[in-house]
Amino acid sequence: MLILTCPCCGIKADETELAPGGEAHIKRHGPGSSDAEFEAYLFTRANPRGVHFERWRHAYGCGKWFLAARATDTLEVFGTYPATSTAVPDAILSRIRARRPDWIKPDRIKPA
Amino acid sequence: MSHRLPSGGRLIDRATTLGFTFNGRRLKGYGGDTLASALLGNDRMLVGRSFKYHRPRGIVASGPEEPNALVGLGQGARFEPNQRATTTDLFADLVAQSQNHWPSLDFDIGALNGLMSRFLSAGFYYKTFIHPRAFWKHLFEPTIRHSAGLGRPTSEPDADRYEHLYAFADVLVIGGGIAGLQAARTAAESGARVMIWEQSAHWGGRAPVDDPDVEGMPPDDWISATLHWLRAQPNVTLRSRTMGAGVYDHGYALGYERVTDHLPGLDAPRHRLWRVRAGRIITATGAIERPLSFAGNDVPGVMLAGAVRDYVVNFGVAPGRRTVIVTNNDDAYRTAITLHSAGLEVAAVIDARARATGDLPQRARSLGIRVMTGRAIARVRGGGRVTGVDICQHTGTGAAGALIACDAVAMSGGWSPVVHLWSHCGGKLIWDAGAALFRPDPARAPTGADGAAFVAAAGAANGVMRGAALLADARAAAAGGDAPAPEPEAITPVWIMPAAAGPGLRAKMWLDFQNDVKVSDVQQAAREGYVSVEHAKRYTTLGMATDQGKLGNINGLAVLSDAQGAPIPDVGTTTFRPPYTPISMGAIAGEARGDVFQPLRRTPMHDWHAAHGADWEPAGQWRRPYCYLRPGEARNDAVAREILAVRGGVGLIDASTLGKIIVKGPDAGRFLDMLYTNMMSNLAPGKCRYGLMCSENGFLIDDGVVARIDEDTWLCHTTTGGADRIHAHMEDWLQCEWFDWRVYTANVTEQFAQIAVAGPKARDLLQALGGLDVSSGALPFMSWAGGRLAGIPLRAYRISFSGELSYELATPAGHGLALWRALVDAGQDLGVIAYGTEAMHVMRAEKGFIMIGDETDGTVIPQDLGLGWAISRKKADYIGKRAQERAHMTDPDRWKLVGLQTLDGSVLPEGAYAVTDARNANGQVVTEGRVTSTCHSPTFDRGIAMGLVRHGPDRMGEVLRFNRVDGTTVEARIVDPCLYDPKGGRQDV
Repeated sequence: MLILTCPCCGIKADETELAPGGEAHIKRHGPGSSDAEFEAYLFTRANPRGVHFERWRHAYGCGKWFLAARATDTLEVFGTYPATSTAVPDAILSRIRARRPDWIKPDRIKPA
Repeated sequence: MSHRLPSGGRLIDRATTLGFTFNGRRLKGYGGDTLASALLGNDRMLVGRSFKYHRPRGIVASGPEEPNALVGLGQGARFEPNQRATTTDLFADLVAQSQNHWPSLDFDIGALNGLMSRFLSAGFYYKTFIHPRAFWKHLFEPTIRHSAGLGRPTSEPDADRYEHLYAFADVLVIGGGIAGLQAARTAAESGARVMIWEQSAHWGGRAPVDDPDVEGMPPDDWISATLHWLRAQPNVTLRSRTMGAGVYDHGYALGYERVTDHLPGLDAPRHRLWRVRAGRIITATGAIERPLSFAGNDVPGVMLAGAVRDYVVNFGVAPGRRTVIVTNNDDAYRTAITLHSAGLEVAAVIDARARATGDLPQRARSLGIRVMTGRAIARVRGGGRVTGVDICQHTGTGAAGALIACDAVAMSGGWSPVVHLWSHCGGKLIWDAGAALFRPDPARAPTGADGAAFVAAAGAANGVMRGAALLADARAAAAGGDAPAPEPEAITPVWIMPAAAGPGLRAKMWLDFQNDVKVSDVQQAAREGYVSVEHAKRYTTLGMATDQGKLGNINGLAVLSDAQGAPIPDVGTTTFRPPYTPISMGAIAGEARGDVFQPLRRTPMHDWHAAHGADWEPAGQWRRPYCYLRPGEARNDAVAREILAVRGGVGLIDASTLGKIIVKGPDAGRFLDMLYTNMMSNLAPGKCRYGLMCSENGFLIDDGVVARIDEDTWLCHTTTGGADRIHAHMEDWLQCEWFDWRVYTANVTEQFAQIAVAGPKARDLLQALGGLDVSSGALPFMSWAGGRLAGIPLRAYRISFSGELSYELATPAGHGLALWRALVDAGQDLGVIAYGTEAMHVMRAEKGFIMIGDETDGTVIPQDLGLGWAISRKKADYIGKRAQERAHMTDPDRWKLVGLQTLDGSVLPEGAYAVTDARNANGQVVTEGRVTSTCHSPTFDRGIAMGLVRHGPDRMGEVLRFNRVDGTTVEARIVDPCLYDPKGGRQDV
């Protein structure tokens, strides 16, 4: 039962208040995209043992979607940030690098 | 003979005699007894039978690790199987019965399995029951089902109530022995909000039995002084009879409080589930003693050494009159000394070690107790009860030397820290070879949201077994900092006794007493290539009994590691999963049962339906009338009556449960064009349009009519079950993808009551109410108008799900019942009736309209359903468009929607498949379609159906065969899905 702080309303939300939404920072591919691009968009997901970026919705709270950076192995939370972010905030990236010096940033994760 | 001692027993009150019943026999115990101590006090050592061989089983332990003494407790609705006698407090008139035997505990037919044990070894089920195939279904499975399972549940509803409690703590201490009490005190002194749980009714753990003093005080005095201090603190909450069941992410913990198990009849919840969020958790969960693996270690009368002295000291009960103690460590000498002090005979201490020179062995010797070092038990004599032990050299193969007569054996293989709660949330262990135990590795503790450890182990749970070191360890766990290293334990690991025992003896050394797993089984698993401890566990069922391997797992994995020639830490442990000991289903459910299991959503007209014969059907959290039953009327007849009344006159259905979502803003049209497969932006204000919604996978997820309210406002109707889901779907795309679009959504499902008025006389009925021009000129098909009918404000949508002239009237929820009543009253002359969901379903099926959840199942795209007309070809994009271009989605072989009519007029079975004569490579029948909706049509007086059929629309008139449950088939012809008024003249008048 994780606790994640909703960046919209500031509540430290218990997992029972939250709905998971899978991996974050996936670029949508629509009509005109190749089969490979579309397959990657629709089906290919990272499943790292370690640093991960996820979508969550404060479903039984303010109703807002937000993004979370956390470690799937240690359950450490590096930070949460608005769903409108196309890039990961610097402060969160720095925290990840400080805590996980060996972490290799995936290409799709853009610095702010 | 186990018996009650004439004096002693620090927990019992000899002035309070309690009568209880075991297997129909009336027995007596004392206040403060557990059921186990009371049974032993009455010389009832035999309490059950093992799972596989039905071997006689006696009490082994004194706490929650007990594998054998499982009984059925209580009667009737309060009967509960598999309750551990060792953790059941005795109360007046307790009723218990033993389990897993037939016809009786003392004489059990299933014990014949024991004679077959050569053939019932590890993996027996997997190897034996494969051939011949038919034997499984007709012989093996019924036989196994008859003999499988421990205990039987009651079939009556639980008569007790349960509750959940939520709490927060800065520090949660699990375990109320002296380590837990000290940790709680240290944490409380720092000002932290502390909660401490103790699973038993008594604080202090093993100290009063094992330790001469705690910080210079008698243990009981130290415990009561510490408790006194803790109880006086406003920042400390103490709960006894509360077991720490599980530790979860970010400091979440579950506690299981047995509130009234020992106080039957008290008006209080029976169990309480504590759901606690803690800043830090200290596991002071103690240690569990390990058995030794010698032949016949499962004979009743062989017990853990610690348990033997527990029964003597705590309950004044002696498991035997003449006891042999067998050990590989100094601790077991405490039992020898305790028994001797209680005036009981200790036949000998059999110590596998070459030398025993510690303080405790020396004290035992000084009391005149015979100590035999370098020796082992070759085998235990006796069947239903120990009668003696054969002694041998520990280093040998078990050639028996002297026979020592005895009626009890106290064994100790050393102590294993209870690391379960440490491990639940990812805490790792290290093998301490010197002490022969797994202990928590502080460098790899469970971590919280901040990445720091949030669990610390204290005391015996941390491998620090006693004395000043234990208290120092507890203080360090609570306050941080390092504790001084404890005194090394005086122990030599012994995993098989004697060390070079042959196969005959190894097949009699039990590791798991409940599941009958022996040393030979684990060794066989290793020989057969089971390398992983997790696989070996499942193959042998070691540790899969109700005690989850609390006693036998370490011994088992040591045997496995020896058989593999791998070090113990390389073999590792199996996974520790919550709950620590079983918790009741009632506690998990808490208050969520009966009427409060989930909320009931009621439409404004709910009570009217109930008063008029509604035969309810659940629709999500709503209840909808399936039909309205008149006195003496059968369901089918009611449905037929309602349909014919609508088709011939006018009917009302409460459609308030339909989802209603307002989508508003300058970009609302653009947004809806992405959500729906067809265009919504070009819908004119005042008009309605049917729309389909797909997931990004292309699959159809919802449908409904969209009405444009004004220039920047649309109202989207969803299915009854889809309102919340579709609203969430909209918000997901709005918040996460097109967050710069200026659109708001609002789910107003409950704000409006909605009534469909359907039938050729629908217009007459509305005109009778008066106030709104509902003529075809003013309000044509697929348009809407706002106004008042009978003075009630509403919107009238001219949409039809029945194929008849139809208006859906939406009014603010508070007016719903008044509008419904006005329609019923005004419609009396027209013969108006209320109709239910089944009539609605049948009428839409007659029209060939699809139903989400019937025609769709998450794998169906609109193109499969002949709904291409509702898919815009002009739009560059909509959710699901790209997916619908994928090769599999455009495959001409996809099954497509058709109507189906049986040749004999019967109703096709639901979900039936169209079968062919062909077989696939696996020998299975090749199918070419399936039924999605099927019913009897009163309009056509025959069975009608829809289904998805390969190349279906191109095969009109062909006859298919559909399977039936009884193995026969029924023929049906492919027809147009729309049977009723295909030109649509009736709805557009």
